[in-house]
Amino acid sequence: MIKFIQQLQRRTPLGWLQLSHERGRLVVALAGIAFADVLMFMQLGFQASLYDSNTRVDRAMAADIILLSPKALNLQNLSTFSRRRLLQALDVPDVQAANALYINSLTWRNPQTRLNATVQVLGFDPDQPAFNLPQVNQQLDKLKLPDTVLFDRGARGEYASVITQLDQNQPVTTEAEGRTLTLTGLFELGASFGADANLMTSDQTFQRLFPRRDAASVSLGLLRLKPGADPDQVAAALKSHLPEDVLVLTAAEFVQFEENYWKTASPVGFVFGLGTAMAFVVGVVIVYQVLSTDVNAHLKEYATFKAMGYHNGYLLSVVFEEAMILAFVGFIPGAILPLGLYALAAKATALPIFMTVSRALLVLTLTVVMCILSGAIATRKLQSADPADMF
Amino acid sequence: MTVAITVQNLNHYFGQGQLQKQVLFDINLEINSGEIVIMTGPSGSGKTTLLTLVGGLRSAQSGSLNVLGQELAGATAKQLTEARRHHGYIFQAHNLHSSLTAIQNVKMGLELHPAVSLTEIQTRATDMLEQVGLGDHLHDYPDDLSGGQKQRVAIARALVSHPQLVLADEPTAALDSKSGRDVVTLMQTLAKEQGCTILLVTHDNRILDVADRIVNMEDGRLTKTALALTEI
Ligand SMILES: Nc1ncnc2c1ncn2[C@@H]1O[C@H](COP(=O)(O)OP(=O)(O)OP(=O)(O)O)[C@@H](O)[C@H]1O
Ligand SMILES: [Mg+2]
Repeated sequence: MIKFIQQLQRRTPLGWLQLSHERGRLVVALAGIAFADVLMFMQLGFQASLYDSNTRVDRAMAADIILLSPKALNLQNLSTFSRRRLLQALDVPDVQAANALYINSLTWRNPQTRLNATVQVLGFDPDQPAFNLPQVNQQLDKLKLPDTVLFDRGARGEYASVITQLDQNQPVTTEAEGRTLTLTGLFELGASFGADANLMTSDQTFQRLFPRRDAASVSLGLLRLKPGADPDQVAAALKSHLPEDVLVLTAAEFVQFEENYWKTASPVGFVFGLGTAMAFVVGVVIVYQVLSTDVNAHLKEYATFKAMGYHNGYLLSVVFEEAMILAFVGFIPGAILPLGLYALAAKATALPIFMTVSRALLVLTLTVVMCILSGAIATRKLQSADPADMF
Repeated sequence: MTVAITVQNLNHYFGQGQLQKQVLFDINLEINSGEIVIMTGPSGSGKTTLLTLVGGLRSAQSGSLNVLGQELAGATAKQLTEARRHHGYIFQAHNLHSSLTAIQNVKMGLELHPAVSLTEIQTRATDMLEQVGLGDHLHDYPDDLSGGQKQRVAIARALVSHPQLVLADEPTAALDSKSGRDVVTLMQTLAKEQGCTILLVTHDNRILDVADRIVNMEDGRLTKTALALTEI
């Protein structure tokens, strides 16, 4: 090991000297890598925000175990199951409470623009908190009045003046399904790819908004357990107790279920995966261009080194040294730029996009792989450095 | 006196099958350690080919080729590469690395030898450049040096590791007569100091006097007119 470090100290940093001698080429290479990195960061950022934002409602639910229809696909396509299952669930000893949650999308008139827009309505019994959201739970009394709703501060769309008004405790009214709805308060969940905005309301108001939906058919069953009960064990007990027409998931499994939908059934995960892959390929092409130009430019010098007795492996190490330098130096701007772009995108789309350490590490790894791959292709040209041609 | 190079019945062919062309015919040559031998001959006669074979830059096809005690005929690519570490090359073009300064270029000639320490590399490279009269240009890039200066850096690079054998192919071709003369004299002095053997190819009649012996190549054959100057 010590010997290796001594060897390293003796070694002329040829890759670095070659790169830094050609400033223009170096800048192009670094810009190219930074560009590829920014693309990858944006794709992966959007992908993560998709999973994050689409499980935000799921994660906020005040439940240890969730019942849903076996036909459910995701929060926007839940289908329904019989409310009787909730009562049956209470037979299982550790289940403390079982509440219904009704979810449906609603076309309403945006109170600010007076244009039609689609929002997601979450209806539940205001006597039984359905969400772990203090803002909602403090305003449950307001929901007991008919045709009142709470509005999502993180909604996507033109709602700025609505939010200002609500912040000043002035109710806002609008129309939906031929009824007049009164917005009386705010909470924060945020937009998702599936829903631009969420409305919280009572199960009563929900029934009036969607008269064709049977109150006995619920979207989700929110079960709370007695303190100290093990959700996995209770879920197993529920599965054997309840008929096949209802699915039993722990809260964590439910979030996973929602995430899996977006990962597999929807094309969105694939699209962002493809986008990342394309950014990777773009990076490989750019780095390959730079490295192969560099190898070509130094073919004569490389042949000279071979004539002096340097092995092919030494020349390979020079190309890989260049690849690694490019990867790590190019990653710096490639990781800083997305910080600003994330902030911009978060503002523009109301999606939770932010940098994570694990994503930075992933992109760094991809960058290194990208550069090594390009380096490996570029080294094929080294074979044509023939020392016999040097004389 | 020990023998540095022994060439016996060496033939060399380029190309395959119908296009095969013989360029070296039954070459026999013996060079003693410390001798400076100049090889002359018309263009296309095979001088460079012989030089690259002796230098281990090409693999010998037939006959025997013993250089510094090692048989190069039938040697593997790896063995040839290792063998080259004991030779110093001076090419017609200087072939310096344009991204490296003069001293970095010279150091490359020493880095190959693991026994040499970092500090030793530094001092030997500096000394060598001072000996070739470039003490003031240690950190200049080749682009900033004149043709003669570049060739002197190349000589420093070839000689810094004290090789037992120096091979040079028309080292003065790119230089004017004065710097050509200087370069050859320099090679001669340094080689005499280090006691190495030199095989030099040249068309330049003005530098023949540095040789201990001159051999002549014609149509791939070494002609018998070669005579040892020292014996005259
Ligand atoms: N790589 C090669 N492939 C095929 N033929 C070659 C190759 N290299 C040299 N030759 C041929 O071999 C012959 C000898 O070439 P060589 O370069 O050894 O001559 P030379 O004596 O060094 O000439 P010059 O004085 O012009 O440098 C020439 O006819 C040349 O065309
Ligand atoms: Mg020649």
